[in-house]
Amino acid sequence: MYKPLLSPGHTACAGCGQALAARLVVDVAGPQVIIANNTGCLEVFSTAYPESSWEVPWIHSLFENAAAVASGIESALKYLGKADQINVLAQAGDGGTADIGLQALSGMWERGHNILSICYDNEAYMNTGVQRSGLTPLDTNTTTTPVGKFSWGNIRPKKNMLEIALAHGLPYVASASVAYPRDIQRKVKKALAIRGPKYLHIFSPCPLGWRHEPELTYAVAKLAVETGFFPLLEFEDGKLSNVFKLKEIKPVEEYLKLQGRFRHLLSPEAKEELKRIQEMVNFNIEKYGILAK
Amino acid sequence: MKAYLEGSQAIAKVVALCRPGVISAYPITPQTHIPETLAQMVAEGELKAEFVNVESEHSAASCCLGASATGVRAYTSTSSQGLLYMLEVLFNIAGLRLPLVLTCANRAVSAPINIWNDYQDAITLRDSGWIQFYAETIQEAVDLHIQGYRLSEDIRVLLPVMVNVDGYILTHGYEVVDIPEQELVDKFLPPYQLKYKLDPDNPLTLGVLAGPDYYMETRFAIQKTMEDVLEIIPEISGEFFEVFARKSGGLIEGYFLKDAEKVIVAMGSVCGTIKEAIDGLRDKKEKVGLLKIITYRPFPEEEIYQALKNAREIAVLEKAISLGGFGPLYTEIKSVFQGKKENPKISGFVIGLGGRDITKDSIRSVSDRLSGKQVDCEFIDLNLKGEHKDNLLGGSGVASQFIEQE
Repeated sequence: MYKPLLSPGHTACAGCGQALAARLVVDVAGPQVIIANNTGCLEVFSTAYPESSWEVPWIHSLFENAAAVASGIESALKYLGKADQINVLAQAGDGGTADIGLQALSGMWERGHNILSICYDNEAYMNTGVQRSGLTPLDTNTTTTPVGKFSWGNIRPKKNMLEIALAHGLPYVASASVAYPRDIQRKVKKALAIRGPKYLHIFSPCPLGWRHEPELTYAVAKLAVETGFFPLLEFEDGKLSNVFKLKEIKPVEEYLKLQGRFRHLLSPEAKEELKRIQEMVNFNIEKYGILAK
Repeated sequence: MKAYLEGSQAIAKVVALCRPGVISAYPITPQTHIPETLAQMVAEGELKAEFVNVESEHSAASCCLGASATGVRAYTSTSSQGLLYMLEVLFNIAGLRLPLVLTCANRAVSAPINIWNDYQDAITLRDSGWIQFYAETIQEAVDLHIQGYRLSEDIRVLLPVMVNVDGYILTHGYEVVDIPEQELVDKFLPPYQLKYKLDPDNPLTLGVLAGPDYYMETRFAIQKTMEDVLEIIPEISGEFFEVFARKSGGLIEGYFLKDAEKVIVAMGSVCGTIKEAIDGLRDKKEKVGLLKIITYRPFPEEEIYQALKNAREIAVLEKAISLGGFGPLYTEIKSVFQGKKENPKISGFVIGLGGRDITKDSIRSVSDRLSGKQVDCEFIDLNLKGEHKDNLLGGSGVASQFIEQE
């Protein structure tokens, strides 16, 4: 009988992309793993004392230090001579990865620890009530980038975490999406077979913060890929080795219109903004060769 | 083996004798010689350990946290801003009940930036759940590290230990130090065994969310343990004497306390200067004594009361201040006498901030002042007449933050 390593019964919201992605990841990693987790939704919904959903050794310390804690764990395993038998994972949300935890993550990568770091990207600080992060897209309506008479929402596009990871010379860097569970599983498996620091960036919708119906999590995530908004990429030894190609690319509006956080972009006055977003998406489609020829 | 050693080298050597499996530190003056020496020992194969060169003190403490939670003895050292940068991690380590030993080469905190000794860094951590030792000599610093590991890993304790060592004065000073034999250290300090650790064969969740129904009990548990630690420290110090034939560590130490009418209370290397000053005063038949606080956390209230109850005048000398309040140690020494029948005059003196030299004259002036009126927070050896006084003391004090171009 299938026994998940992230057990059900936790307190994640209905339709939580992160809960889904985290279960897929740990199931592939298997029981011979130790996980260090930054503060965030995942930590909160899975470990409220006296209950825990984790069937593997798991530690949470602070918001920004999972990468450094994982470095200590991996170093300890080396000292104990167990480094070959046990995988170490460092996981965080988008804020814990790209903002407050970026320094520790950069240090961990640069030191070359044999650790897989995972970013569950739901594009804002959801645990504290939907504030923008460095991975919030352009023109997103969040509680700290509200739409108003003088504002279209978040003023900057997402930070490119894959390129930041690549700049560290990582042997494996990839993006994945909860819309493609088998792709996540394949990428985790592949990453864990490679020695050294690895980075997997998983697109994880948050119905609460994105303001879509919980049953639309898959649909929203799938449209992010199908519009070219969130490309699925793999880099091995710094080279783009795999792109999830599309026969036809849908207009970005189809992705945006399912979500309350982008609703303001559908008004006639937002035409120019919408165009800007489509141009950014087009740039990525071109850059990574997403359209199948 | 006795050797003439720099404090940092002596500390590095004794840390190595404690066999840490993971060492992680970040450069900051004046602690840097310690990790440098350890890195060299690892490089030469003299010490089998993983030396992790992190990108910040925050990560140094976090790395040690991870290693300790995995069941491997860890070590880190820092100073001043580095300690403050570690602050939230250090609270976290104590809350997680993870054993660890950290050397703090005590240094002033910014601004203005100052790399010299005082205790404003470590005192900030007094409420964190760390056990705090303060060393008077390099030898004592060496011994407190061995005792620190033993204490921290004791199943009755499971709390981190900070060994405070005066920056420059002890870290860069030279002394003949007895570095114990490996055999003896191994006898005193058994291999690290952590019952609750990160282990796939017995998966545990560490660092949980505890709501209002559970959080308070975790704090009570640490407080309760701290009370026990007051009994465990003398026990460990006693065992240390049996193994190493040297009296070292403990909660407090007295110097000419028995008949002392005036007692100076202090911590760290300044106690050496005070002892010398007391020798001089004793020659003049002045009944002055010293109470040295070795263990500041947990605070040995009862031992301090017993040591001070016959004194008529007490001067608390400290290299720290709670700005807007008083010296932290002064406040606590005063609290010792709350509700007691003895009512000695207790005065608080702030001294030696930012490495201001503390001379025997400084100590004598404190001793002299004790006969006068009680003071709460008097700064000793202030220079209020220097050429820059208007700039340093002027207005709101903001002027001290910049230098105008001529």
